[in-house]
Amino acid sequence: MDKYETHTHDVIVIGAGGAGLRAAIEASARGACVGLVCKSLLGKAHTVMAEGGVAAALTNVDKGDDWKTHFHDTMHGGKMLNNWHMAQIHAREAPDRVRELEHWGALFDRTNDGKIMQRAFGGHTWKRLAHVGDRTGLEMIRTLQDRGIHSGIDVYMECTITHLLKDGERISGAFGYWRESGRFVLFKAKAVILATGGIGKSYKVTSNSWEYTGDGHALAYEAGAELIDMEFVQFHPTGMVWPPSVKGILVTEAVRGEGGILRNREGDRFMEKYDPERMELSTRDVVARSIYTEVQEGRGSPHGGAFLDISHRGSDYVKKKLPSMYHQFMEFAEIDITREPMEVFPTTHYVMGGVRVDADTASSTVLGLFAAGEVAGGMHGANRLGGNSLSDLLVFGRRAGLGATQYANKIGGSTLRINELDVQRAVGEMLEPYNNGEGENPYAIHYSLQEVMGDYVGVFRTKAKLHEGIEQLEKLKKRASKLKIEGTRMFNPSWHLCRDLKSMLIVSEAIARCAHQREESRGAHSRVDFPDYNDEKWGRVNSLVLKDNSNMLIGTSSLPVIPEELKRIVDGGYK
Amino acid sequence: MSVATLRVYRGDATGGAEKEYKVPVDEGMVVLDAIHFIQANHDGDLAVRWNCKAAKCGSCSAEINGMPKLTCKTRLDSLPLDKPVTVHPIRTFPIIKDLVTDVSWNYEVRKKIKPFTPAPNTDWTMFQEDVERGQEFRKCIECFLCQNVCHILRNHDKKGEFFGPRAMIKLAELEMHPLDVEDRSEQLRREAGVSYCNITKCCTEVCPEGIHITDNAIIPLKERVADKYFDPLKWVVNKLKGI
Repeated sequence: MDKYETHTHDVIVIGAGGAGLRAAIEASARGACVGLVCKSLLGKAHTVMAEGGVAAALTNVDKGDDWKTHFHDTMHGGKMLNNWHMAQIHAREAPDRVRELEHWGALFDRTNDGKIMQRAFGGHTWKRLAHVGDRTGLEMIRTLQDRGIHSGIDVYMECTITHLLKDGERISGAFGYWRESGRFVLFKAKAVILATGGIGKSYKVTSNSWEYTGDGHALAYEAGAELIDMEFVQFHPTGMVWPPSVKGILVTEAVRGEGGILRNREGDRFMEKYDPERMELSTRDVVARSIYTEVQEGRGSPHGGAFLDISHRGSDYVKKKLPSMYHQFMEFAEIDITREPMEVFPTTHYVMGGVRVDADTASSTVLGLFAAGEVAGGMHGANRLGGNSLSDLLVFGRRAGLGATQYANKIGGSTLRINELDVQRAVGEMLEPYNNGEGENPYAIHYSLQEVMGDYVGVFRTKAKLHEGIEQLEKLKKRASKLKIEGTRMFNPSWHLCRDLKSMLIVSEAIARCAHQREESRGAHSRVDFPDYNDEKWGRVNSLVLKDNSNMLIGTSSLPVIPEELKRIVDGGYK
Repeated sequence: MSVATLRVYRGDATGGAEKEYKVPVDEGMVVLDAIHFIQANHDGDLAVRWNCKAAKCGSCSAEINGMPKLTCKTRLDSLPLDKPVTVHPIRTFPIIKDLVTDVSWNYEVRKKIKPFTPAPNTDWTMFQEDVERGQEFRKCIECFLCQNVCHILRNHDKKGEFFGPRAMIKLAELEMHPLDVEDRSEQLRREAGVSYCNITKCCTEVCPEGIHITDNAIIPLKERVADKYFDPLKWVVNKLKGI
């Protein structure tokens, strides 16, 4: 008899945002017995906060668009560090994935001739983003949720996975706890798909929700999978700055897509200086650095940001196309954006780096472990274009569901073993904070971690700062090795945080060490001491992170070589 | 910096009581910030659900000074801080711990609703004016505040007979989808119990998304059911046809 509550599935999906839901739907449709495990209630995942739209060359508005141009834009946005095959698959399959959502009940905004409406976004040559006002993510997650609950998937809500289990070199299950009761639970599975999203909670100023603690990155790392390009953390140019309570909350790029203008305190439209051609619709890395520089050089707004103005579009238009933004500023900042400008400043938004995956199957370097969405690396290179995340979730969520099912079918009836000793170790590790007589408050460590990442591993980086940051992280790791908490295991947030902290410390260290290693500036990674591209040395390699016993190994590996016909597309220039 | 007094309900299914906390008030601070302050500085095990802290996910519903609200959207400076602010879990669903309740019933109901069903060979042309009715209902963030204040669920506990306002707007959205061909009137009449609603509009009042739940969803659904089952002329025709 099993000692713990045990569930057996062909495929376990961890995370129920866009990628996890799409993966679960696909795996189930292909005949796999699927379990979907998520930390929150269903439908609350971070995808819900995506605003501006989903990028796909549907050509409903601009007839000149096609997958090649989308591919071209994505590679240039990623400063050529993208996995070309992922970018190719993404651009080719995104339109079908968006249309599929419509067939499952999504109600996108319409063009005059009754097709899905598309809007402009930074770095996209054509109007490409299918959207619903500024709540596209909510529309997507509801559609997938509706489809998912009628697909025969078993959903395990408010359940946190803490450990992946292996039988030799293969994944054989996952171990975790119910948030409600604190009881442990074991999932036996042939394949596990990570769809856990990002890492933003390692930073204080972030647009991310509490769930973004890098769980999947850390689980993969602990299981021996390779992570790539962790230094590339996207700082979204426009987060709210005032009042303090909402600092970091996202102001959608759709504001600029709909014609919003950035100005400094002197009234200058400063993007003319930094990217005169694309102005406000330059890529996110460029706009974020520009706002940061304006503020650093003393031209910031009263609360240390830039002004973003959309009021010239008229009250009715703004309320119709940007309703959430209107309410967000009205209610949180008492600002009427139809009449006055917003104040904005960069906020930690997205991690381009992640688990190294095979483009076709989404499999990681560990047998039976798959990854899709933000937790996977490679697709976006050094900088992600707005709108390419929602399409990424759909395209690679589906591919991961397919890949994992095919893998599980190959294993067939042979039984995978759960190593009881590994389970015992996991239990011991989880119960430690209750057994420690003395120890640190996990909330205090989390606060310090966020300070360190903001201060030393932020928008602009130097060797000295990163060195100091890595030392600070080492100290935090030591402090975090002995945590002490109060209360029972029943819905105890301080206990939950103890585990989340472990993940956050692993991803933070990976980010800092990769940033320290890459001595150039590319996309979202800006080194003040190496302000230019170094294509010779760094243009053809991914950063690589791998666990070696208890040490974090940092290195590089060669970028896959792009075929000639695709290189011609990339070199072809705009339009 | 001023200080607010919060009285937060601490307890579980076996019982509980308010516990008082002092919290420093910063500009623009919301109730959820105060709860987080309490977790970090006083009681780390204070249970609360939250995700986005931007009024987009609908996780942090609670009853603040007796009013059902999102804690992330309720600014402290909108409350009288000369007396204690009370924060209790929503009352219509069983408590798990502190501010966290068992809302799983809403997910069971959701699963019973017949899913979107398009006609075969649909060409997917839809115009903005056709999708707008459904889009209003799809703004729902599933905070379940409407379910919480609906007296049919809250006071009469008719969870077995009435799906509640959240499910009604889901049904309305599907029924009003320009390309859906499923007929849910039988489900509305029987299982979902649309006639239980007596249009007190409490749900509409608390909706943080401003959805006109009663006027735009429930009343049209009632009319649909009435037209189909209670139209005397149709009743005679159906009788004669033997339906």
